[in-house]
Amino acid sequence: MAEAITADGLTKAFGSAKALDGLDLTVHTGEVHGFLGPNGAGKTTTIRVLLGLMRADGGRATLLGGNPWTDATELHKRLAYVPGDVTLWPNLTGGEVIDLLGRLRGGLDTARRAELVERFDLDPRKKGRTYSKGNRQKVALVAALASDVELLVLDEPTSGLDPLMEEVFRQVIEEERERGDRTVLLSSHILSEVEALCDRVTIIRSGRTVESGTLDELRHLGRITIDASLARVPDGLSALPGVHDLSTYGSHVHLSVDQSSLDDLMRHLAEAGLKSLVSRPPTLEELFLRHYRHDEPVGAAR
Amino acid sequence: MTGTWSLLRLVLRRDRLLMPLWIVCLAIAPMGYLSSIKAAYPDAASRQHFYDLNASSATFVVRNGPLYGSSVGELLAWQCGFVPVVVGLIALLTVVRHTRTEEEAGRRELTGATVVGRHAGLAAAVIATCVACLGYGLLVGLGVAAQGVPAAGAFALGLGFSLMGWVFAGVGAVAAQLTWGASGARGIGIGVLVLAFLLRAAGDSSGSAGWVAWLSPIGWAHRMRPFAGEQWWVLFLAVVASGLLVVLAVALSARRDLGAALFPARLGRATAKASLRSPLALAWRLQRGTLLVWTVCLALVGLLMGGVGKNVAETIRDNKAVADVFSRLGGGGAVTDAFLAGTMTLFGLAAAGYAVQATLKLRAEEAAGRAEPLLATAVGRVGWALAHLTFALLGSAFLLAVTGLATGAAYGTSLVPAALAQLPAVWVLAGLAALLVGFLPRFAAAAWGLLGAFLLLSLVGTALQWNDVVLGISPFAHLARLPGGTFSVAPVIWLVAIALVAGAGGLAALRRRDMPVG
Repeated sequence: MAEAITADGLTKAFGSAKALDGLDLTVHTGEVHGFLGPNGAGKTTTIRVLLGLMRADGGRATLLGGNPWTDATELHKRLAYVPGDVTLWPNLTGGEVIDLLGRLRGGLDTARRAELVERFDLDPRKKGRTYSKGNRQKVALVAALASDVELLVLDEPTSGLDPLMEEVFRQVIEEERERGDRTVLLSSHILSEVEALCDRVTIIRSGRTVESGTLDELRHLGRITIDASLARVPDGLSALPGVHDLSTYGSHVHLSVDQSSLDDLMRHLAEAGLKSLVSRPPTLEELFLRHYRHDEPVGAAR
Repeated sequence: MTGTWSLLRLVLRRDRLLMPLWIVCLAIAPMGYLSSIKAAYPDAASRQHFYDLNASSATFVVRNGPLYGSSVGELLAWQCGFVPVVVGLIALLTVVRHTRTEEEAGRRELTGATVVGRHAGLAAAVIATCVACLGYGLLVGLGVAAQGVPAAGAFALGLGFSLMGWVFAGVGAVAAQLTWGASGARGIGIGVLVLAFLLRAAGDSSGSAGWVAWLSPIGWAHRMRPFAGEQWWVLFLAVVASGLLVVLAVALSARRDLGAALFPARLGRATAKASLRSPLALAWRLQRGTLLVWTVCLALVGLLMGGVGKNVAETIRDNKAVADVFSRLGGGGAVTDAFLAGTMTLFGLAAAGYAVQATLKLRAEEAAGRAEPLLATAVGRVGWALAHLTFALLGSAFLLAVTGLATGAAYGTSLVPAALAQLPAVWVLAGLAALLVGFLPRFAAAAWGLLGAFLLLSLVGTALQWNDVVLGISPFAHLARLPGGTFSVAPVIWLVAIALVAGAGGLAALRRRDMPVG
C-alpha cells in the first residue's frame, strides 16, 4: 500500500462556516508528512474527518486503505492520535492514561514506554489534574509513540513543550523516520519544525490545499533571493519578467526572481559585470507567507 | 488586605442565587417545624408524652441532641437538632469554593495579579460566609419569634445555627490551605464535621461523659439552650474558635506559595492496573466516586426517614394537614404507608438525579475533550456510551436498593422492593438524557430541566391537585405507590420500553453525529 492517507475534495461546513472547502491530501506510507496552515485553516477538522470522528459533507477519504467513517474502530487499532489540546482525566495518573490508551489501541511496547518517559522527563505518577499543559502533551505523546501502530497522527504536538522537550520530540520523530516503518502526519504551524522533520508538506488555507509536495518541489515554486555587486549599474532589470522586489544601491542590487526567469536574469547580470553573487533558495516561511499575506480573510472554523 | 472589598463583591455576585436560596430554604424549615409541633401537640399533656418518649431514647438523642424540656420551644429546638450540621456543611463548602477551588482553576492567579492583598481572597470568602450565617440566624430568630414563642429562645436557636457556620467557615479556611485540590479540602472539612457530630452524639448519649459534647461546635449550638435558660456566653466560645481557625489559616497561607499546599498532591500509580483496559473499567474509575457519595448520602437520609417513619404515625394521626400532604405525595392506605411511599418517591427523584448525572458524564467527557482521544482508539462510540449508561441504569438500581435497605432497617421492615419500584421512572430520565446527548448535545443539560419539571409535578402538582393529564406527564405518577399500593406490571413495561427506545435513539444519533461538538 503506497498511500497511508488520501483525501480528495473534502468539504465540511459547520452551519454557515465552511471549515473544509475541497481539501486534498496524500500521505505516502512511511513518510513524515507536514500538514501546515494557520489557526482556523481546517487542520483539526481534516484530522477529525480522517479519524472518523466527523463525517465530511463531500469528497472522499481513505485511511490505511479503509473508510475512516465506516471502519473507524478497526482502523484505530493501527494508529495513534495526539490531539492539539490534551485534557486528561483528573483522577487518573499520567502512567495510567498511557497504559489505558495503549491497551485500547491494542498494544504498548513497555520498553519503549519506559524509554520515552525517561527521555521526556515525565513523572507518570502524578494525577491528571496536576499536570501543566506541556506535561499533559507529553503524556499523550508517550502514549502515542509507545503504541504499536503503523500511523501517528499528531495535531500540533509541540504546543506547550519547552524548547528542550521540543528538541527531544524532534529526535524521536527523526528516529521514527529513519526506521521508516511508520507514517507520521504532523500538523503544525511551526515552520522550522516541519522543515526539519518532514519529507513532504501540504499547505492548506481556508479549508483548501494550496501547495503540496516535497520541500524541494515547493522551493521550485518559490522565488530565489539574489544579492549581487556589479561593475556598473544595470538598466532594464525591473522590466525583466519574473523579477520582483528590486532595490538598487549604486551598483549593488537586491531582488527576488521566479525560478523560471533565473536564466534570463543571470545573462543580464553577467552583462553588467558580476563582481559577487549571493543567492538563497526560498525558505518554507516565505512559501507559507506567500499564501497568507494577502487575499481574502481566513474565517473558517478549525 | 487591599482589595478585600472588591473580592467580597465578587463572591456575593457569584453566589447571588445560591446564598439567598439556602438561607431562605433553611429558615423556612424551623418555622414549618414549629407550626407542625403546635398542631400535633396542642396541650401540655401531649408534649409531656412526647418528651417522655424521646428524651430517654438513645436513637433520637444521638440524632437530634438533648431534649431539655417539654415546652413548644424546647421541642422545636430539639427537632432542629440536625440543622447545625447542614449549616456547617454549607459554610465549609462555600469557603472552599471561593478559595481552593478558585486557586485550583487558576482564577486566583488572575485576581492575585491585580491589586489585591495576599489574604484578600481568604478574607472575602470568610467574611461573606460568616455574614450570611449571621443573617440566616437572625432570620430564623425573627421568623420563629413571630410565631409567638419567647424571642430570646428564638434568637438563641438562630444564633446557635450561626455559630456552627462561623466555626466551619474557619474549618474550611484551614482545610483550603492543606491540600492541593478542592476535593481534598472538602474531604478534610467533612471529616471534621463527621468527627464533630460523633463527639456530640457520644457526649449526649453517655450519661457520665457529657463533657465530650463540649468538644464539638454542634454541641455548642445545643448548649446555647434555646428556650431552656439561654447560655449566651457559648457564642463567645464560637467566635473565639472561629477567629483562631482563621488566624491559623492566614498563617498557613502566608507560609505557602500560590497553588501549593501543606500536604502536597499525592502521587499515584506509575503504571495502570492490569484491569484498566476497557471503556467500562475507565467508566468505573470516573463514576464510582459519584455513586459512592450518592449512595452514602441517600442511605443516611434513608436511615433518618425510616426512623422518623417509626415515629411519624403518631404525629400524622394528630395532624390532618400533614396527613393530607403525605397522602397526596404518595399512596393511599395507612398514613405510615403514605409517608413511606412519599419518601420512596423522593428517593426515586433523587436516584433520577444520579442517573441524569451519570448519563450526562458522556457529554461532560465530550465537552472537556477527553472523549476524542478515547474514540480515536479501537473504542467505538456505542461501547463508550454504554459503559457510562451502565452506571446510569445499574448504578441507580444499586442506589435505590441500598437506600431501601437502609430505610427499611431503621423502620423495621423490608423496603427494598418499594424502593426498586421507582426504577422504571428513573430509567426513563436516563433514557431521555441519553437522547439529548445524542441529538442535542449542546442542550444536554436540559435533562436537569426535565427532572426539575417532574419534581415540581410530583411535589407541588399533587399537593395542588392539578389535572391528572398534566400530572401524568411525569413518569413517577405512573408508579405503584409502595408500600401500601398495589403493584401492576403494565406501567413498568411501558416505562422501561420508553426508556429503552429513548436510549437507543440517543445511541443511534450519537453514532451518526460529529464528535466532539463544541
